[in-house]
Amino acid sequence: MFDLLVILIPALPLVAVLLNGLLGNRFSHDAAHRLACGSVGLSFLSAILVFAQTLRTGVVREVMVYRWIFGGDLTVNLAFLIDPLTCIMLLVVTGVGFLIHLYSIGYMHGEEGFTRFFTYMNLFMVSMLLLVMGNNYLVLFIGWEGVGLCSYLLIGYYYGRVSAAKAATKAFVVNRIGDAGFLLAIFLVFVNFNTLDYTQVFAQAGQLSTSMATAITLCLLIGAVGKSAQIPLYTWLPDAMEGPTPVSALIHAATMVTAGVYMVVRNHVLYDMAPVAMTTVAWVGGGTALFAATIGLVQTDIKRVLAYSTVSQLGYMFLACGIGAYTAAIFHLMTHAFFKALLFLSAGSVIHALAGEQDIRKMGGLRRKIPWTHGLFLVGTLAIAGIFPLAGFWSKDEIMAHAFTHGYYVLYVMAAIGAFLTAFYMFRLTYLTFYGQSRVDHHVAEHIHESPGIMIGPLVVLAVLSVVGGFPGVPPESGWFHHFLHPVAAAAGEEPAHGAGVGLLTMLMVIATLIALLGWGLAHYLYSVRPDAAQQWAARAPQVYTTLLNKYYVDEFYDLVVVEPTKRLGLLWDWFDRSVIDALVLGVGRMTQSGSALSTAFEKYVIYGLINVLGYGNHRAARSWRKLQTGKVHHYAAIIVAGLFILVHLILVWWTGSSGVGVALK
Amino acid sequence: MTVATTFPWLSVVVFLPLIGAAMLFFAKDAAVRWAALVVALADFVLSLPLWFFYDPSTPRMQFVERVAWITSPQINYNLGLDGISLPLVLLTTFLTPLCVLVSWRAIETRVRAFMACLLVMETAMLGVFVALDFVLFYVFWEAMLIPMYLIIGVWGGPNRIYAAVKFFLYTLTGSVLLLIAILALFFQGGQTFDILLLSRIGYSQTLQNWLFWAFFIAFAVKVPMFPFHTWLPDAHVEAPTAGSVFLASVLLKMGAYGFLRFTLPMLPDATAAFTPLMAGLSLTAILYGAYMALAQVDLKKLIAYSSVSHMGFVTLGIFTVGAQGIEGALMQMVNHGITTGALFLCVGIIYERTHSRMIADNAGLARPMPRYATCLMIFVLSSLGLPGTNSFVGEFLVLVGTFIWSKAAAAIASLGVILAAAYFLWMVQRVAFGLPPGQAAGHLVDMNGREMATLIPLVVLVFWIGLFPNPVLTAMHASVNNLVEQVDQPETAIARNGMVNGQWLMKRRPVKQLRPPSKLFISHQPSTISH
Repeated sequence: MFDLLVILIPALPLVAVLLNGLLGNRFSHDAAHRLACGSVGLSFLSAILVFAQTLRTGVVREVMVYRWIFGGDLTVNLAFLIDPLTCIMLLVVTGVGFLIHLYSIGYMHGEEGFTRFFTYMNLFMVSMLLLVMGNNYLVLFIGWEGVGLCSYLLIGYYYGRVSAAKAATKAFVVNRIGDAGFLLAIFLVFVNFNTLDYTQVFAQAGQLSTSMATAITLCLLIGAVGKSAQIPLYTWLPDAMEGPTPVSALIHAATMVTAGVYMVVRNHVLYDMAPVAMTTVAWVGGGTALFAATIGLVQTDIKRVLAYSTVSQLGYMFLACGIGAYTAAIFHLMTHAFFKALLFLSAGSVIHALAGEQDIRKMGGLRRKIPWTHGLFLVGTLAIAGIFPLAGFWSKDEIMAHAFTHGYYVLYVMAAIGAFLTAFYMFRLTYLTFYGQSRVDHHVAEHIHESPGIMIGPLVVLAVLSVVGGFPGVPPESGWFHHFLHPVAAAAGEEPAHGAGVGLLTMLMVIATLIALLGWGLAHYLYSVRPDAAQQWAARAPQVYTTLLNKYYVDEFYDLVVVEPTKRLGLLWDWFDRSVIDALVLGVGRMTQSGSALSTAFEKYVIYGLINVLGYGNHRAARSWRKLQTGKVHHYAAIIVAGLFILVHLILVWWTGSSGVGVALK
Repeated sequence: MTVATTFPWLSVVVFLPLIGAAMLFFAKDAAVRWAALVVALADFVLSLPLWFFYDPSTPRMQFVERVAWITSPQINYNLGLDGISLPLVLLTTFLTPLCVLVSWRAIETRVRAFMACLLVMETAMLGVFVALDFVLFYVFWEAMLIPMYLIIGVWGGPNRIYAAVKFFLYTLTGSVLLLIAILALFFQGGQTFDILLLSRIGYSQTLQNWLFWAFFIAFAVKVPMFPFHTWLPDAHVEAPTAGSVFLASVLLKMGAYGFLRFTLPMLPDATAAFTPLMAGLSLTAILYGAYMALAQVDLKKLIAYSSVSHMGFVTLGIFTVGAQGIEGALMQMVNHGITTGALFLCVGIIYERTHSRMIADNAGLARPMPRYATCLMIFVLSSLGLPGTNSFVGEFLVLVGTFIWSKAAAAIASLGVILAAAYFLWMVQRVAFGLPPGQAAGHLVDMNGREMATLIPLVVLVFWIGLFPNPVLTAMHASVNNLVEQVDQPETAIARNGMVNGQWLMKRRPVKQLRPPSKLFISHQPSTISH
């Protein structure tokens, strides 16, 4: 029964994919979205039951579906692992996924390719569920590539737009770079353990040398960095905003991009053995958290600000992993899924109200026209900024406190600056969108309307989660959440209740709150009290401003050093192929021709001379022989083959004649 | 012995198309296409028992037929099937009906002769895979060229003579050397043409080296391996769609098959000696083909160069001489046949509509042709090795095998995986997405029933092999393990298989263990290779 439930979780959306994908043309839009949302909803229910069962018994279960690949001594099963970590991921993925599916019914209403959209979304759910449920690296990899594919398909959903098609290709190719690293990690695991199953690998992990553990974990990190949009492979995520907004919320904020974090936590046994890799993870995370936040300060596209904010928040999760706070990483992953989905979907509601406008310079004063959306967006902003006692406060504070109490002071300062910037750019976004004078285009302004209930409903649920979602993790480092995850996500030798003093932790909380309030205050001053001050500041440091606006020119840099050289190399080799290799081949052909010219000359002047002596009759015979020398390559080729056959035949006859022995076969 | 095993399945499967081709000349004009389709389908149906009656538990040749053909020297009509040839035989019989279907409207002149060429081609290709006598093999090997030459030269594009001559020059060189190698084996190996007997004889290192190079040129041209690949893009571009499909899906497998059937078992020491070089050439092909594909503006050329890259994976897998590598290579041969064949079919379908193979002339196809775009997308994803599709299984096994052999080689090969995503998705982006500038693509009609019938079976195979690869892998296991053993420890393999006449057995040097080269690549003890 339990096994069946587990299998149903990914199987239900898969059925919906097959039905909608194969027969979708014949369904009405209503039937299509009912099928899509219903399957994910049932999947969510199954996940709750599986979670309840695991919570009750505390038993880790493996569920085998079938044997997938068997080659040499490599056997890979399609099988699932159900443990607390998987349970949390299942609830987040199916729960948030279900809400976003509901929202999509309203948001995508009347769009071309409505059924196609839901087919891809369900396919994404299947892949993401495989990713978090798999009991071995290869099932994880199927899911990993599957979510990448769905991301590709959904970014390019408006395929008529060239920018969308380009962004889709970019996302896939950049992810592929990470995937190659991931593949190498899988091979390393296989070579060292002769299996790809988590349980066996982690059980034997102790035999691994530190250098091998470092190699494996760094290769895994390459994969994680690609999928979770960290430095240096983050550039695809902002471009991915070309997709419809529910896609940005589901794939590029709440679930898929957190796959890298999940993978690192899943493999924490290996990471614990590799201090170098841990340090790398921490610095990649900390660096990304700060770096992306600075870019987010000046962006003018509402979705792009949120995209950079996602990159930055994922950085916090990596930072948490790198300093061994795995539970905090998963905790932040969960709360982030709530408030970032809320923010994206509210942004989608704004875009919906403004008939597709995404530029915050053409918004403003929307508070009164779309009050629900405004309220919901504000809750999301408060949560992400880390205002007490919303969800984001608890999870972000826990990461920062862990960094401080474990002596990672530089990382702590980076995270603190990042938190300040986060509060600033999020409130900047809120002020520019909902407050002040309306800068909305007149034609658009007439049609501004609040979104329908099917969109607001899921947002309310997400808003509630953004408020209360942090409480399972209270008190910090010893809440219910930590006890539940402790068996699978505790760093080596760590106890759930940590020994740092209550006073210190309280002080850190106060500091975190002050930092958030400071960011809010600055945004309030610049965008509400003195609306022209921001531009003056920008004008005072134009280089800084343009650099930030152009995202540090990283895309341009990559184009210059990677993309263009790759294309050029292709062209260069193309030239080499045609001008060198082909020239050689044709040269051989010409050599045959010129050889024939030479032999013709020899024939003409030397042999004919002799022949002339012998007489005119013989000369005529020679002329007929000359016809063989036509100078055409394929004639020569034919002659060579014929001659060779005759020669071979003669050899055979000679040989059989001389020895007279036929070889009998038995 | 039941009917299942005593009936001459192989002869029937191999020669039915030839008989069918002869019968085509008695068919009415209107019925020629249908007749060819019926023959091809019948042959496919007749080849299915090979799959069902095949016993995967043994590496021995099955469905063996042996009749004396020429008594002095002893040349036998000797056919047999093992786990290496079985998937390739089925691939061939499966693809031929699709080739007939895709030529339905594309070929309007000399239809009868064209269909006859396709069927003769099928007989020759099947013959190569099942022949167990070297002379018979060579006959099929050469016979294959004639219909192919005609298909390109008569029904090909404007530059067909150039392509045909180039094709001929390359192949001729290979064939001549192959013949010389066969003769050398005959004289040195106990005066027999029996492939299985010749595989059990140990040859001296010097002879092995010479034979290796003769075989290498013959097979490398066919694969094609870098730098013998330049005939391929031209031949593909000029060939009609069915020709391209045969060329890509089956002809290219001949070379790899040759390596597996002759080079590895007959010349184990030379194989071990030249493995680094072969792997180097394979890696070059993987990257070179991928970069070339990036630069192409012609769809057929792009796919042709992607073939060079994919076949690089095949040869890489073969020369790692491990169970995973070889099984992966075999899988990859089948998968490449399915996927690349399908991609050429896709190009053919669009060429019939726009009369251009240029990427620039075919943009924004997704809107007027959604079914077509979906199929194209599926084949592209399969070709770039997405998990869940067929190619992933092969590519993954090859990479695992390579990784065990050398980590650096696997790392370089995985660059090919990245580049594959780049050139294929870039192509899709330009062909399927975006809208053609200033041109409404509205006049294009989506695929009709016949075209769907050619692509849907391939779509099914893509997912079937991708999700349930085990039946195919199981069929290979015994033969591949035996082959690996033969290369790794020829002494034991020979002893176990027995039946070597001592008087023919050449004195052989101590067997070198297959070992990764320490200079070129980071080495790793091949603990998982040996058994």
